[in-house]
This record gives sequence, structure tokens and C-alpha cells, in this order.
Amino acid sequence: MSTDSAPAPQSGTAEDVKQGSRVAVSALTTNLREYGLIIALIVIMLFFQYTTSGTLFKPVNLSNLVQQNSFIIVMALGMLLVIVAGYIDLSVGSVAGFIGALAAMMMVIWPLGIFSNPLVVSIVCLIVGGLIGAAQGYWIAYHRIPSFIVTLAGMLIFRGICQALLGGGSSVGPLPDSFKALSSGFIPDVIGPLTLIPPTVNAAGKTILGSGLTLHMTTVVLGLIAVLAYAYFGFRTRRKRELHGYEAEPFTLFVIKTLVGSALALFLVFQFATYRGLPIVLLVMGVLISLFVFVTKRMTIGRRIYAMGGNAKAAQLSGINTERLTLWVFVNMGVLSALGGLIIAARLGQAVPAAGLGSELDVIAAVFIGGASAMGGVGQVIGAVVGGFIMGVMNNGMSIMGVNVDWQQVVKGLVLLGAVIFDVYNKNKA
Amino acid sequence: MTSTILEMRDITKTFPGVKALSNVNLSVEEGEIHAVVGENGAGKSTLMKVLSGVYPSGTYDGQIIFQGQECHFKGIHDSEHKGIVIIHQELALVPMLSIAENIFLGNERARHGVIDWDANEARTAELLKKVGLREDPKTLITHIGVGKQQLVEIAKALSKEVKLLILDEPTASLSEKDSQALLDLLLEFKRQGMTSILISHKLNEVNRVADKVTVIRDGRTIETLPRKEISEDRIITSMVGRSLDDRYPPREPNIGDVIFEVKDWSVYHPIHAERQVIKSIDLKVRKGEVVGIAGLMGAGRTEFAMSLFGRSYGRRISGEVLLNGKPVDLSTVGKAVQNGVAYVTEDRKTYGLNLIDHIKHNVTLANLGGVSSGGVIDDMREMSVANDYRKKTNIRASSVYQLTGNLSGGNQQKVVLSKWLFADPEVLILDEPTRGIDVGAKYEIYTIIARLAAEGKAIIVISSEMPELLGITDRIYVMNEGRIVGEMAASDASQEKIMRAIVRGEGKAS
Repeated sequence: MSTDSAPAPQSGTAEDVKQGSRVAVSALTTNLREYGLIIALIVIMLFFQYTTSGTLFKPVNLSNLVQQNSFIIVMALGMLLVIVAGYIDLSVGSVAGFIGALAAMMMVIWPLGIFSNPLVVSIVCLIVGGLIGAAQGYWIAYHRIPSFIVTLAGMLIFRGICQALLGGGSSVGPLPDSFKALSSGFIPDVIGPLTLIPPTVNAAGKTILGSGLTLHMTTVVLGLIAVLAYAYFGFRTRRKRELHGYEAEPFTLFVIKTLVGSALALFLVFQFATYRGLPIVLLVMGVLISLFVFVTKRMTIGRRIYAMGGNAKAAQLSGINTERLTLWVFVNMGVLSALGGLIIAARLGQAVPAAGLGSELDVIAAVFIGGASAMGGVGQVIGAVVGGFIMGVMNNGMSIMGVNVDWQQVVKGLVLLGAVIFDVYNKNKA
Repeated sequence: MTSTILEMRDITKTFPGVKALSNVNLSVEEGEIHAVVGENGAGKSTLMKVLSGVYPSGTYDGQIIFQGQECHFKGIHDSEHKGIVIIHQELALVPMLSIAENIFLGNERARHGVIDWDANEARTAELLKKVGLREDPKTLITHIGVGKQQLVEIAKALSKEVKLLILDEPTASLSEKDSQALLDLLLEFKRQGMTSILISHKLNEVNRVADKVTVIRDGRTIETLPRKEISEDRIITSMVGRSLDDRYPPREPNIGDVIFEVKDWSVYHPIHAERQVIKSIDLKVRKGEVVGIAGLMGAGRTEFAMSLFGRSYGRRISGEVLLNGKPVDLSTVGKAVQNGVAYVTEDRKTYGLNLIDHIKHNVTLANLGGVSSGGVIDDMREMSVANDYRKKTNIRASSVYQLTGNLSGGNQQKVVLSKWLFADPEVLILDEPTRGIDVGAKYEIYTIIARLAAEGKAIIVISSEMPELLGITDRIYVMNEGRIVGEMAASDASQEKIMRAIVRGEGKAS
């Protein structure tokens, strides 16, 4: 997956060493700004790794971290498009709650026969999510009712329906195990485990839990393939640019970037492999992130969304059907909210009336921390994902540290404000 | 018997790359109505912005002497304090507030911050009587017509104890009747001893009320005519009397058959449903021909073009468009583009460009299909297209990754043009293609237009600059108040002829 979008506007034909180094420095500063967010995430992770005395990076905790935050990131993918298009969606938390309740009712309460099969239910729920998105998007796109108002109404409506479905304040469960696997399951080890260090056996003849080192080989193989693909595609894109005479960044910087990225990814894969392997939800998330990076960077529909957010009138006068595009952006958001709702329900093992309550704010915060502009037209998928993880790591780290929930909110608010101020400051300086 | 109330001496104002005013002199006697006339872009409004402090002292050269004192206005507040009040062409009223609230906006009669509404409304009623407007002071602005809104603006000016009233194109959006009433009001004020400056290009109105006329052309004062020398012909000659030199690239027209034809095109205003903006226009363009549409601001030229292009303006649109002799559906922008019609907007920043994105993405936006397959953009192809057009239209930028918001007006215009050239249209409508750009860039744009015509495209150029139309077109339609009021071959046309067609058309249309 190529992530370099806007190379520094200098040519690569630097002859003397002096000019070459100047080019490198300028490319570094451009990239520093671009990768500042990822660096911030790493710094935050290291900080909590230190303050939690190493708990943060423990395999068990990493799995928890992913499972707790995946629904935020899944919904942030949709929210990024909504915000880039120049809108907002406040209803995602309520829609997620409603879909969770709907799924639980279909699987546990209503006598639907074959239709209460978890897979069928999931598909139906995603379609319902899309329809909800279409219903809201219709008013926004074709009647120009502000998205803030339409989705504020949606937020009230779907939270209400969610609670009504569950019959007041009660929860509905337990959900089938095969459904819960969506959130708490791990990919099966089809290759088989590899024991590097046999577990220690104590005097009583029992193995000591957590001792020894066994690797989940399927995870290792998948991780290696992903890292190799990342390096290969990065290199290929670079070669292609070079062949066409367009140079982006100095080779050393490219290598460092690729090496650091790969090393980080391999470290995380290794940590997962020593536990129970890759969580299924991480795989789902990875596939979705790749898809959305591709759509926003390479596809015409992505380009049109950015154009619409940047200047809706100009986009319209360039032949873009902005109404239909808006509708699709909200349909997409609806489907992803539904997926978020399924993930929440699967993690809790039941549907509760408060599922997803307030999560719209975390989702929106993730997108803005990720550098999107509230005016529309600006924002990156990777930014929103990193923004989501920054929120998640802070939640997780502060909980382990035993920071009071009230103060957690204060810190998250300050981080959101700080990130946006930093962005604005940078833009004015540029 | 009179004394000079205002004297502006050697006013020179430069914007980056353009000299808007050079050594302009204006002298206004106390108690007269002084008209300032000139073509669009001649510098009338700039001069008034200098006078009222919109461009603060220090940003221009020259002196302003008002009532014998030299003034250095830092803002509108300073000039209003002295009694100079300007009423702009675009009315500055808040639609959802009442007449009284608007008149005293920012100037409320209040005690300790608490507004005394009775005092405000009583004073408003007095002012409304003075301007002859019979409305309740509590009526919302949005509920009264444009003509009455203009009167509210004047009442607002009176509330500030005005000594010099400046009206910028006050009748541009008024009906004939409202215009007459407004002019009568001006004459009434004159009897009471007020001084006014009237900026207008409606020469019959100037003829009727003005005591003196100052003509401005290309940012210079041409002459000031006393009352007895004022006549329409005299003013027209003075307004347009400049020679056409080689500011236009030479071209050999190679004109073929009619490829684009509009029949009986009518459009109504999008909000005021009863107002017909375009009145049954017929128009033809031949292959390789450059056709101009002349007219003054507000003649309906942009509205006509936008209503053609995907019905982007107006309601109840009727009429027929033929492309190569066959009726063609242009009802959405997408269809118009597909059928080979392109419209390059007059307002590139609002309607033409995504200013927060770079040149490459802007150039390909109207024809993404041309750089993609199956919805996936080929980055390399897009890059070569962008570089190709950057060279063809000579866009000056460090690379195609420069944000269009950071380009100069001329280069922005070239990006918009590139976008539409890449969409490869048969018919290209250019709306004020050289507005706000410097002379050098203008020449480059003219060259591109000539090249496109030579390639066999049909081109319509809408322009308020008559020399430009005479210099680059083959045939000119003259539009006024939503109608075509004249058609002439460019070789027979002259600025006087176009002006006459407009001025004559004015009476006919009402």
C-alpha cells in the first residue's frame, strides 16, 4: 500500500552533495509533519509502556487493546469520508446500539429459524445499517437539511428504538459463541504452533502458565506476507515514479521509513503470535483500512469526495453528482456503524441499551486528531486510524495506571484540542 | 455661489501586478449631483473605496481634501464620522432584522447598553417619511422588495447625518418605476442642499439628474463635463475612446457550419419566481468561430450561460439546444460535459477551483474517466496529463503539486481552462475569461482561445470589456436585461455601436 501522496516539490536531479543533503533535510521536515502523528502514537505508547511497567505491550493487553477499540476505528473510516465530504454524523453510536439490539433479538428472542444464523443476521444487519444511512443521507443530499440536525435526530431516534427493542432497561443475551468470535476470536492456526522454548515444568509436574515461548505460526506467516507486500509495493511505486522521471524522497529516507514500519509491524505480529495469534477483528480491520486507503487515494469516487468537500459548487460544475455522492457517503457510514454495532455486541456477548453510547464523540475525535479539517476536503484514512489508536492507547494505558475515569476524559479532551491546535499552527506556518 | 466640498488629487492605487488608478482627480462642488461614469473595471468602485476608507490611508498615493481639510481615513468608520456615506451596489442589510433594527445597526439609541426601541422606531418613521417609504419600521427586510431596500439604505445613510452621499449603481437591480422614484429622491435631496456622487453606467439616468459628469477610463480621469455639455453621445465617445493596438494575437478565422444552436431560451429567477431573467434568446455558433456576448453587469449573460450548462441557474427553463443539428440534453452538468459542452466560470475561486487541493487534482476533475479505468486512477497518467496541460497553458508554478489557492489570478484561470480543455469539449463557453488578471496573462489566454478556434471548437466569450470582444471575436451578440438586443460582425462593430445597442435596448426592455 502506497502512502506517499504529495511529494516535496523539488526535482531529484541534485548534482552536488550539498544540494543533495539540502533536499534530504527538506524531505525530512515535510515527512516529519506527515508522520508526526505516527511518531506521537509511538511516543504515547512508550510513555504508557514505561508508566505501566511494561503491561501495555504484553500480548494479552495488546489483544485487549485491539478488541476494545476496533469498533471506534471501523466507524472512524466511515466518519472520515463524512467529514472530508463536509458533513458530520452524530448518529453512529445510536445506530451501532440499535443494530446490536436488532442482532441480539434476531439471534436470541425472535423465532426466525434459519434466519437466526449469526452469518445471516450479520448480513441483514449490515443491510439495515446501509438503509439507515440512506434514510439520513437522503434528507442531507436532496433536501439540503444540515447533516448536524438530521443525524442529531437520528441519534435520538435510534437510541430510542434500541432501548424499546430491548424492552426497557434489560439486556438480551447470551449471544452464540460463533457470533462472539467476531470480537473475541482469534484466527485458527492452520499451520500449527512452533515451540521455541518449552514451558518450564515445576516440581509438581505442572507447567507454569506463561512460561516458555510458543509461536502461532499462521500469524507469523500472515505477518511476514503483509510486511513483504508493504515493502514490495512501496518499492514498486517508487520505481514506477522514477521511471517516469518523478522523484519523491531520497532513497535513504525511503529505506529508513520502510525498515522502521516493518520492524514495528513485525514486533506487534510477534507479540500476537506468542499469545493466541491475530484477533479476527484485527484482520477485519486491516482489510477495511487497506480498502479505504485504496478508495481514498486511488479511486475516482474517493477523489470526488475530496473535491466535493473542498469546494462543493466547483465540484458540481465539474460534472460531479454531489447529491448522489453525499447519499453514498452516508450509506457507507451506516454500514460501518452497523458493523461497529455487531463488534460491540459480540465483545459484550449480549445487547445492552447503552451499547455504543457516546462513541460518536470518540469516533469524531479520532478523525480530527488524525488531521481532518472541520471545513471538509482534508483528511487521511491513516490519520483517522492512528487518531483512533491514540485515543485507545490513552484509554487503556490510563485504566491500567488506575487513573480515574473522570480525569481520563479531561486528558482526552486536552489531547484532541492540542492535536487540532498543532495542525492549525502548522498550516499557518506553511 | 458654490464651494468645493471634496477634492481628490492625484489618487494612485496599485494592486499586486495591476495599477487600478493612476493620478485620478475628482472635484465635487457643494450641493451638486456629480456623476462618475466608466466601463466595468475602469476604476470607479476602487476610487470610491479609497474615498470611504475601505482602502485605508497609506495604501494609496494622493490627497483627499474634504471640507477644506486633508483627510486620512483609516476605515469606513472615519469617513462616516466626517459625513461621507457610501451605499454599495450589493445592499448590506440583514434580511431577518426589521427596518428599524437595520437602520440603527451598530448605532443603536441606547442607554447603558439597553436599547430604547421606541426612540429608534420613532426616528425610523421620520427617516422613512423623508425617503418616501411607507412601511412599518418593524417590517423585516426580507419582506420588502429590492427597490424599497434601496430606500432603507438611503434612510440609514440619512440617520448618520450625511454630508456627502455616494450611490454605487443604485438602480442596477431596480425596475424602471423604482429607478425613477429614486432619481426623484436624489433631486429632492439636492434641493435641500445635499451633495451626492452617483456612479452609474445608465447614461439616460446620468443625463437626467447630473450637474457634472466625470469620465474614468483605464484608471485615469479622462474629463469632467459640465451640465450643458452632457449628452449620451459625448459620454460614450469619452468612455470608450481608446485605440485598439496589438493587445490581441492575430488569427485567421476558419469558420465552418453551425454546430451549436440555442432556440427560444427562457429562464426565471430561482427565488423570485415571477421574474423572467432570460427572455427567449436565440443564438448560433459555428465551427471554429469565436462569438462574443457583450453587455453590462446584470444583463443576464452569466445567468444565460449557467442555465444552459446543466441548468445550474434558474427555474422554469424552456427552450431548445441543438448540437450538430440534433437536439441535445444538457439538463445536468454531467450530461452537458458528456455531450461536449464546457462552461468556464467568471468566478474561479467560488465555482472553478478546489483551492485547498493542488493543480494536478484540479486539472483532471472534470474528466476523471480520462485518467482512470474501472474507477481506479492511474497516477502516472494523471501526472503526465497535468504536466502536459501545465506546459500547454503555461501555468507558472513550482510543480503540479502546488495548491491552486497559492497561485496568482492568471495562473488560476489557466488551471480552470486546463480542466475544461482536458474534458475536450466541442463548445466552450468562457465567462469573463480575463477578469482580474494582468495584461501578460490576458494575452496568453487570448492565444489559447485563438488556438482552440483554429482546432475547430465553437467558442462563446462573455465579456464586459468591449475592446476585448472586438479584438478576439468574429461575431458579437449584445445582451441587455435578459434579451439579445443586437448582433453584429466583429468587423462592423465598434464600442459606440455596442453601447448604443445597450442604451437603446434599455428603453425597449421596460
